[in-house]
Parts: sequence; structure tokens; C-alpha cells
Amino acid sequence: MTDPAAEIALPRMTTDADGATAKRRADNGGTAAGRAAAAQAVAATAVEAYPRIVAALIRITGDWTLAEDCTQEALARALDRWPVDGVPTNPAGWLMAVARNRLLDVLRRASVERRKLRDVAVLALTAATAEPVPDEEVVDDRLRLIFTCCHPALAPQARIALTLRTICAVPTADIARAFLVSESTMTRRLTRAKAKIADAGIPYRVPRGRALTERLPGVLGVLYLLFTQGYDADGEPAFAEEAIRLARLLVRLMPEQQEARALLALCLLQHSRRAARRDLDGNLIPLDRQDRTRWDHAAIVEADRLLAGLTQPGPYAWQARIAACHATASSAEVTDWRRIVDCYDHLAQVQPTPVVALNRAVAYGYAYGPAAGLALLAEARAGGGLDGYPLTLAVEADLVARQGDRERAAALFRAAADRVHGAAERRALLERARRG
Amino acid sequence: MKYMMLVCTDPEPDPEPSNHPDVEVWVAENDAAGRRLQGAQLAPASAATTVRVRNGQLLVSDGPFAEVKEMIVGFDLLECTDLDEAIEVARAHPMAWAGRIELRPFADFEQ
Repeated sequence: MTDPAAEIALPRMTTDADGATAKRRADNGGTAAGRAAAAQAVAATAVEAYPRIVAALIRITGDWTLAEDCTQEALARALDRWPVDGVPTNPAGWLMAVARNRLLDVLRRASVERRKLRDVAVLALTAATAEPVPDEEVVDDRLRLIFTCCHPALAPQARIALTLRTICAVPTADIARAFLVSESTMTRRLTRAKAKIADAGIPYRVPRGRALTERLPGVLGVLYLLFTQGYDADGEPAFAEEAIRLARLLVRLMPEQQEARALLALCLLQHSRRAARRDLDGNLIPLDRQDRTRWDHAAIVEADRLLAGLTQPGPYAWQARIAACHATASSAEVTDWRRIVDCYDHLAQVQPTPVVALNRAVAYGYAYGPAAGLALLAEARAGGGLDGYPLTLAVEADLVARQGDRERAAALFRAAADRVHGAAERRALLERARRG
Repeated sequence: MKYMMLVCTDPEPDPEPSNHPDVEVWVAENDAAGRRLQGAQLAPASAATTVRVRNGQLLVSDGPFAEVKEMIVGFDLLECTDLDEAIEVARAHPMAWAGRIELRPFADFEQ
């Protein structure tokens, strides 16, 4: 059933990178402009429709691979037909109908029990009205999908991979590249994760009450990891956009969850700097030297609005407030470091991790001088939790430099550069070592 | 779905024993709800005997098959609708606090 060549890369992810898709299009009738317009229509529809269709088909059959395959095939059909027949009046309904028919075909041939077929038939009737299915029900399906993909009984990396593959329709090869494994390894991981969902009886359901409170941070954690995977200097930039899209969806579906809103704000604020954080050679530019006119100010305003309504700030809210302090300062010099220190004091209480302690030391260094920063740095290091974390040395180097000991600072920057993994980060640290 | 709930010891238990739930209450509740089909505590690992047959030869030896810190000290057979329900049942068992619990679904050969 799973034919990797049939996997459609949504044009939004990898524009025309899929050879099979490009070939299929070239074999078709229609003008080049018509084909391009149809491909665009497919991509635009798929962004919203793909997770809805996959989620609905999984609910009905419980078979993840089958649901994905049928949805992919519907997209392939659209790329074939729309250039010739024109874009249908209800493109999402068209995709749902084709995916559902494909599913019916497969189920009939497999002669599964009648109950499942009947359920599919109900769906068919709903889709045939050409009206979108009542919003509440569909919304619930996508939320179910997110919570199941992010279930704590799945391995952490499998949660991210499954989210990317099933909800965002990212091709397996792209996910494999981001995780530095071969495509066949990633295919096996995804297969294993789907098998565990079935074998262990992981439910396709949004938890309620206490269970929801316990599970939501895990879901947000997956989305944030996805974001950083995309935002990291050597990461897959499209993943950051996917994370923001999913966070938006979560905010829309669970407007009462403040930490979901805070996470969206945090991602928007970090992402707002994407155009300004590299020079022409791809080297990272530190925050204080970025051209702030190139920041995405619309995203910053949106994040600010999200944060304004929060009454019970959690870890993401404090991180987002810190990011907002940087984003709204017109220059590095006027940054309100005392306000940032205040946020870090709160963050350190709700999220007492070594890295938070390290960043808090940086904030104190800017707000109250390098000596205050070094004192907190010693405290943060005392537990041993920062041993082997390369940025600790970079922080110490910066504080020492501002105390005037340039020689020692340069040595520390070089030591930090030796320990980081990313090439862009290494170049940035060596540049600091040269500048003194 | 049927789950075998393996009750194990753990070298790092929850530090506050006064918070741990009562096992009698747990058994009574889950028996009444039909979620616990049966269960038992096991004698210590020192009473274990390992049996193997190799090349047709019976090999009997003393002790458990593997030396591990997390020893199985009991089991309960659960009937739950899904993993989330099984997790809720497991978390209320005192050994989720004083030890650890492993949930193993029965293999489903009808899939």
C-alpha cells in the first residue's frame, strides 16, 4: 500500500522537489499557466484540508497508514484533474470525497466488517452535501490527532516525526534529513510508532479534566521542539513555519488554554527575527547587532496582543515576555534589562532548569553589571547541570570581556567554539574571539 | 483490551510514603469496576527457578533469568478500554509510587 514515490510533497514544503509529481504534471493536458494555478490551488487547499481528512479517516478506520495513503492519493488526483477540469467550487469537499471513495474501495476489497463500511458511508453522505462537515466535529478530529501523535507512551522523537508526517504532510525524506537518519530508518520509526498506537491501545481522543492538564504541556513541548528544530541555525526552516501553524490551530481549538497562546507568542517573537539574524555569508548575527528594521513587526504586534490577555503566566508565558522585551526595544541599548531580570526570576521558579539559570545570569549581567552576572553564573554551575553545555563558556567569556579581561575572554570564546555542534554557531563564537 | 500490569520494584521510589495510596482500596475498586480480572503478589526472586531446554536437555537453575534492579514482585490482569484508562488504573496502585509499573497489552492476532 505504501509507495514512497506516491508521496506528494505539498508545494508549500518543497516546491517542485518531487520528481514524480512534476512528471505527472508534465504528462498532463492544460497550459503551463493552468497547471501552475491548479498546483497552487491544490497546495492552498491541502494546508487546511489535509489534517482534517487524515484525522477523519483515522477516526473511522483506526488505520493511520491507510488514512494517509488515501489522502495522498486524493492530492495526486487533484494535481492530475484540476489542470484539466478546473478547480472545483468546493476544493476541500472534492478532496474529502476522493479520499473517502478511495478508502471505500480499499475497505471493500479487504472485506472488513460491515460496521466500518457503514461509518464510511455516513461520512460519504456528509461530504456529498458539498457543505463542510459541522465545524465542531472536524475540529475535534484534528485535536484528537495532535494529542495522539504527542502521546507520552510514544518515544519523544517519534512524537515529532509522527506530527510532521501525519498532520503537516511533510515527506518522510525531509523528516529523515532533519533527524540525520536515512529515509528507510525514519520510515521504520514511523511504522513502529503507528504499530504501538494500535498494539498498546493508545486512544484517539482529547483527554479531559486532570488528564488534559497533565498532557497539554507534552503537546506544547513537541510543538516547541518542532519550532526549535526549524529555527536552529542548521535546522530545517520549514519546520518552524509548521510549528507556528500548529500552534495557531491549537489556540483556535483550545482558546481557554493560556500556555498554548503563550507558546504561539514565543514562536512568533523568535521567528520575527529570521530575516535579520544572518549576514550575506550565512553567519549568525548576535541580537545586539541585528538590523531591527528587518524584524517582522506584524508578528511582534500579534505576539504582544496574545500576551496581553494572559492572567496565569506559565513557563512559556515568561519566556515569551522575555522575548517581547527584546522584540519591542528600538535598539539594544534601550532594552529593559531590569524587566527581563524580573521575568527570569519568575521563570526560574516555574521552570528551575540549568539553562534557565544560565540565561538568568546573562540578564543580571546586563541589568546590574558583569560581576552580578558572574556571581549568578557560579551559582548556576554549582549543581553540575551545565557541565558540557558549550554556551556556558560563551556566557562566561562575554561577562569576562565586559569586565575588561579581553585575553581571557578570547580564550573562553575559542573553547566554547570547540564544543558547539553547529557550523554557524562555531563561526559566530570564533568571530567574537577575534573581536575581543 | 487486556493489559498485563507488571508490578516492579524501583531503586528510586517516591520519597513521601505517607502519600502512597492503599492497595486494598485499589483492589476493591478495580475488582468492583470489572477492570481487574485477577492478580497476585509473587514470592521473592530468591524463590525463583529458571527452566530451559537446549538440544533436548533440560537445564534447571536457581534464581531469576536476569539480574535487574527492577524486579517483578506481582502482577494484575486488567481489562480496560484503552491505554489511557490502564494508565489511570496503574497510577492509583501504591507500587506506581513505591516502585514502577509496566503495562503490556496482550498481543492481538486478529489484526
